[in-house]
Amino acid sequence: MALDFHQNHFELFGLTPRYELDNAALDATFRSLQNQVHPDKFAHLSDAEKRVSMQWSTRVNEAYQTLKSPLNRAIYLLQLHGIEALAQTNTQLPMAFLMQQIDWREAIQDAQQAADMTALQQVEADVATHGKRWREQLLTQLDQQQDWRAATDNVRQLKFIEKIMSEIDDAYAAMDV
Amino acid sequence: MALLQISEPGMSTAPHQHRLAVGIDLGTTNSLVASVRNGVAVVLNDEDGRALLPSVVHYQADQTVTVGYAALALQSADPHNTLVSIKRFMGRGLADIVDAASFPYQFVDAPGMVQLKTCAGVKSPVAVSADILRVLRDRAERSLGGELVGAVITVPAYFDDAQRQATKDAAKFAGLNVLRLLNEPTAAAIAYGLDNASEGVYAVFDLGGGTFDISILRLSQGVFEVLATNGDAALGGDDFDHRIYCWVLEQAKFPILTAGDTRLLLTKARAAKETLTDHTQVNISALLASGEMINLELTTAIFNEITASLVNKTLSPTRKALRDAGLTVEDVKGVVMVGGSTRMPRIQSAVAEFFQQAPLTNLDPDKVVALGAAIQANVLAGNRAADDWLLLDVIPLSLGIETMGGLAEKIIPRNTTIPAGRAQEFTTYKDGQTAMSIHLVQGERELVSDCRSLAKFELRGIPPMVAGAARIRVTFQVDADGLLSVSAEELKSGVQATIVVKPAYGLSDDDITKMLKSSNENASLDMQLRALQEARVEAQRLIDAIHSALAENGDSLLSDAEIQQINAEITQLQSYIAADNHRVIIDATEALNQTTSNFAAKRMDNSVKQVLAGQRIDTL
Repeated sequence: MALDFHQNHFELFGLTPRYELDNAALDATFRSLQNQVHPDKFAHLSDAEKRVSMQWSTRVNEAYQTLKSPLNRAIYLLQLHGIEALAQTNTQLPMAFLMQQIDWREAIQDAQQAADMTALQQVEADVATHGKRWREQLLTQLDQQQDWRAATDNVRQLKFIEKIMSEIDDAYAAMDV
Repeated sequence: MALLQISEPGMSTAPHQHRLAVGIDLGTTNSLVASVRNGVAVVLNDEDGRALLPSVVHYQADQTVTVGYAALALQSADPHNTLVSIKRFMGRGLADIVDAASFPYQFVDAPGMVQLKTCAGVKSPVAVSADILRVLRDRAERSLGGELVGAVITVPAYFDDAQRQATKDAAKFAGLNVLRLLNEPTAAAIAYGLDNASEGVYAVFDLGGGTFDISILRLSQGVFEVLATNGDAALGGDDFDHRIYCWVLEQAKFPILTAGDTRLLLTKARAAKETLTDHTQVNISALLASGEMINLELTTAIFNEITASLVNKTLSPTRKALRDAGLTVEDVKGVVMVGGSTRMPRIQSAVAEFFQQAPLTNLDPDKVVALGAAIQANVLAGNRAADDWLLLDVIPLSLGIETMGGLAEKIIPRNTTIPAGRAQEFTTYKDGQTAMSIHLVQGERELVSDCRSLAKFELRGIPPMVAGAARIRVTFQVDADGLLSVSAEELKSGVQATIVVKPAYGLSDDDITKMLKSSNENASLDMQLRALQEARVEAQRLIDAIHSALAENGDSLLSDAEIQQINAEITQLQSYIAADNHRVIIDATEALNQTTSNFAAKRMDNSVKQVLAGQRIDTL
């Protein structure tokens, strides 16, 4: 296998491109790679070596961030199959999901206004449960059925979950004065 | 009979010569320098055996500069010309300093950074910091007996780009080769982690004189991985002093104060705070310039009450950092206390209560950062096989750009592991548009006006096309120091737009050159010698690096012709080093750098390949 800067993230980490992933192996390879390329290993060397090291280290970090996050990994896998899951044109979502999302947003706002920590934790737990179920479905859709269409819909729902989670973060922060 | 040692041709005579490198903790209240000696990190003391250098600089009209304890002694008598806590002004404009009125200084609002008027002229915080660093550099060179190869300078993890850039500028101005800017809590973790060989998740709670950082790190198999960091770049022991100062004024029914009185009362306030570390009450007495006598009793109970909101201000970032790391208090195995302000009993109890465990205080909280920086400096200088441990740090604040409607779009989110890069494509919105301007900001808020402006720059020379046809790729790169650089290219035409990022706060390289010149006006000969010396050191460093790279895998990666070319340039450069034109040395060094860049790339490919080959064998 040829090794160059244009390899995809899976190739860089010596992994088969699939959704299921051995996290421990990913972490171990990440560490060995950074041990070779990190700028701290080149601080006493020439500018040329420092430059190459920064480029490689950046590249390894980017690949690791993408592969480590289940959602980003799924988006990236779909990209490798020519699908831009989050493209602007891709906006259809099931009505039931949209309703669910509105409910969550209202619950977060209510919890924040009432400074009700328990209520916020309940929303968080509910959102997390949904997220977990959809991530499990991704495994089947991507690795077994290769159903890119279903996986794309799922990814877009999970992207909303991520946004709602960050709104929950903001609500916690706002309540923490 | 002992065997004679003969070095390889072209190798320096002492290939394993110990390179002198130091770690410097440039603090708000005190600064320190440390180095690794005989394998152990030690703080380097001054001639009187003192480790701390008060970060205080006194200027006189005849340009005499006094730094440290001697300057500290002058602060009540000459408050305008004695600059303390200068770190709070690094990379900051006048508008950023909310409590400007409580400082006895004459601030000058300057486009780059706030400046301070002294009898020796207007001083920038960078120049004042450089004066402190110069004293530490001299101390180190005297103590270690030679010129320094480089230094690791620590910065608060929560410092933004402007504050980091200002710190690096100050070090350059003091003639230091900056090996790395290292985050203070991370430095402390190195000192602790290597001492205790611990594995697991640790929190580093760092409350200094003027800054607060909280970092959550995972230590595992020799890797220090920062998971999240948060803090407040304007919260520290000074604020606790200030609360006492305000309480004194209130109790004394707001007497009229001179600048000297203000300084005196702030000094008394700090002393009172320190006394309360092991006492339950303290007497504060001061004679004001007006002849009025102040005499008050401050109890721990009152102190805790007037500073309760400050203690809370440390807990909110702590909660945020834990959330960002995706962890809870139960996951934290130990809490490391750093910074002199963590000696306050109320801080220790608040941290213990929050983390449900007693914090670790077995290393001196004043010295731990400098010790960690020294250990890292020793590795970065190439003094030991660098594969013992690896440090993975993060960017503390999100980087973004201004989009339509004054909104900030995040390009690189906070807590991304550095070095980090991101390319973003832009297009034109008018036919024939040949330029566009990009505004870079740092911060978490949605509105650009609530974030810190880092730089505004213009892309010029875009070939005229219909609106939306041009594709401009802008690449943002954050290096291992946490500093940002930007480059841009028009993809359709391949035009490389030249960008000079003019820092909104901070100094351009031109400014540094100007400052260096003006400080050396009376010593231009000295400066030329210094430039020549630096060029020679730099050239020799490169030659040594290439020699060891060639010895390692030159034969397997390069053709004979390539090796000959490199050797010819090395011979040429060596002849320039022997002569005394620094410009020629610099140019030839740069040329050799260019020639070997392909070799560097191949070497890197090779080592990456080896990792994967090794990994495949492991997994078989």
